[in-house]
Amino acid sequence: MTSLLAVPAAPGFADPVGDAQRAFRGLLDAIAHPGRIVSLDARVAAPAPLVPAAAAALLTLVDFETPLWLDAAAAAGDAPAWLRFHCGAPIVADPSPARFALVSDAAAMPRLDAFAPGEDAFPDRSATIIVQVGDLHAGDGWRLAGPGIETTCRLAVDGLPDWFADALRANRALYPCGVDLFLAAGDRIAALPRTTLVEG
Amino acid sequence: MDGYNFAYLDEQTKRMIRRALLKAVAIPGYQVPFASREMPLPYGWGTGGIQVTASIIGADDVLKVIDQGADDTTNAVSIRRFFARTAGVRTTERTAEATIVQTRHRIPEAPLRDDQIIVYQVPMPEPLRWLEARETETRKMHALAEYGVMHVKLYEDVARHGRIATAYDYPVMVSGRYLMRPSPIPKFDNPKMDRSPMLQLFGAGREKRIYAVPPYTTVRSLDFEDHPFDIQRWDQRCALCDAGDSFLDEVIVDDRGGRIFVCSDSD
Repeated sequence: MTSLLAVPAAPGFADPVGDAQRAFRGLLDAIAHPGRIVSLDARVAAPAPLVPAAAAALLTLVDFETPLWLDAAAAAGDAPAWLRFHCGAPIVADPSPARFALVSDAAAMPRLDAFAPGEDAFPDRSATIIVQVGDLHAGDGWRLAGPGIETTCRLAVDGLPDWFADALRANRALYPCGVDLFLAAGDRIAALPRTTLVEG
Repeated sequence: MDGYNFAYLDEQTKRMIRRALLKAVAIPGYQVPFASREMPLPYGWGTGGIQVTASIIGADDVLKVIDQGADDTTNAVSIRRFFARTAGVRTTERTAEATIVQTRHRIPEAPLRDDQIIVYQVPMPEPLRWLEARETETRKMHALAEYGVMHVKLYEDVARHGRIATAYDYPVMVSGRYLMRPSPIPKFDNPKMDRSPMLQLFGAGREKRIYAVPPYTTVRSLDFEDHPFDIQRWDQRCALCDAGDSFLDEVIVDDRGGRIFVCSDSD
C-alpha cells in the first residue's frame, strides 16, 4: 500500500532559505550571461538520476503553481516522489503544458517544439527546460552571441543529440517566443535563453 | 530578525518573483506580470523594487539604496533600514562597494560592474500607457512591435517645442524589439543603460510588472535623424566637488534666491 504521506528518504536543501537564494543567484548569473558556466555549490543529495545542479534549480524554482514534466528516465525512480514532497509540483505526462521540464537522458530528449514556447502577447508563459548533460567546457565548441554576451563566447557541451544546435536556431527564430534552457553537469550549470544566437 | 522570514517575503513569493525575473532576463524589455504583494509601505514608495531586492538578496550582499541620487533621503534611508533589519545585510553609501544598488530615479555616476545588480523602482512600467489606456491594446501593440504611436508623440513634441521635450522616463528600445520605460531617470542617464556590464532589474509593485535588461544589451533612446537624442548639459560645475560631467541639481541656498548647482549623486 502506498501512503499519501510517504516521506522520501533523501532530504532537500539543508538550509531551505539560504540555499535557495544562493542557487537562484547562480541561475540568475547564468541566464544573464548565456554560456557562462556557474557553479551552484548545491549541497543537496537528490535521488538518481538527478544531478545536484538540476535538483537545486528545481528546489529553487518549482512549486504547486508550475506543472513539471520529467523524462522517462527521471520519472522511473525515486525522483518524482522526492520532487512531489519537496516542491509540491504537479507532475505532468504531456510536455506541452509544463512550465518546467527535466531531461535526465539528453540523448533521448523530445524536440524543443514539444514544449510550450509562450504566446505573442505573453512570451513569458513558456517552458524552462533543464537538461542534464555529460560535461560543459568553456573556450571551445559553439560560438554564442546575443544579450548578456559582450562579444562572443564559446561553450562546448557533451552528450546532446545531433539536432540540438539546429533546434536552438529554430527556437531563436521564434523570438520573442521560445523556450529557455539550463544545461546541468554535476553541480555546474549554463544557460541558453531564447535570445542567444548559436553558431557551429 | 525574529518574526520574519529572511528578507521579509515568504519563500513561495520569492519563488514566484524569481521565476518572473528569469523570464524577464530571457526576454529583455518585456514586462512580465507577477503577483505583487502588499508590503509594509504604500505603493509608490518602491514596493516593486523592494520585492525584487528581497527575492535576490543574500546574507553576503552589500546593499546601497539611492533616491534621486542621494543615499540620505527618506525613501532611501527607510528601505536601507528595512533590509538591514529583515535580512541583516551590510549596507553602504559607496557605489563601488555595493553588490546590489536599489534606485529611485537615478543611475549612479560611477559605472557599475559585471558583478553588480541595479534594481529600479518603477511607478508606471508601460511606456504606451498615457497614449493608450487599455492594457488589452498595449499588450497587442507590444506583441506586434507596433510602436508608431510613440514616434508620433515625440514628433508632436518637435512640432510644438522645436525639440523632443521629454526630459525623464525617456522611452528606449531594448535589444531592437521591446519599447521600454527606463523608470523616471533623467534622460542624462539613458546612455548608461546601453551595453552596460551591469544586470538591470525593474520592479513595479502597484502595476505588478517585472522587467529586465541583461548585461551588454543594446538600449537605444528613440529619436529622429534630424532630431538626434541628446542629454542635458550645464554651463555650471558642481559647487561641492567641481565635477563637470555629472547630473546637477539646482539648490536654493538662501532667502534672496541665491542658488548653487551640486551633483545629484551623493557618492
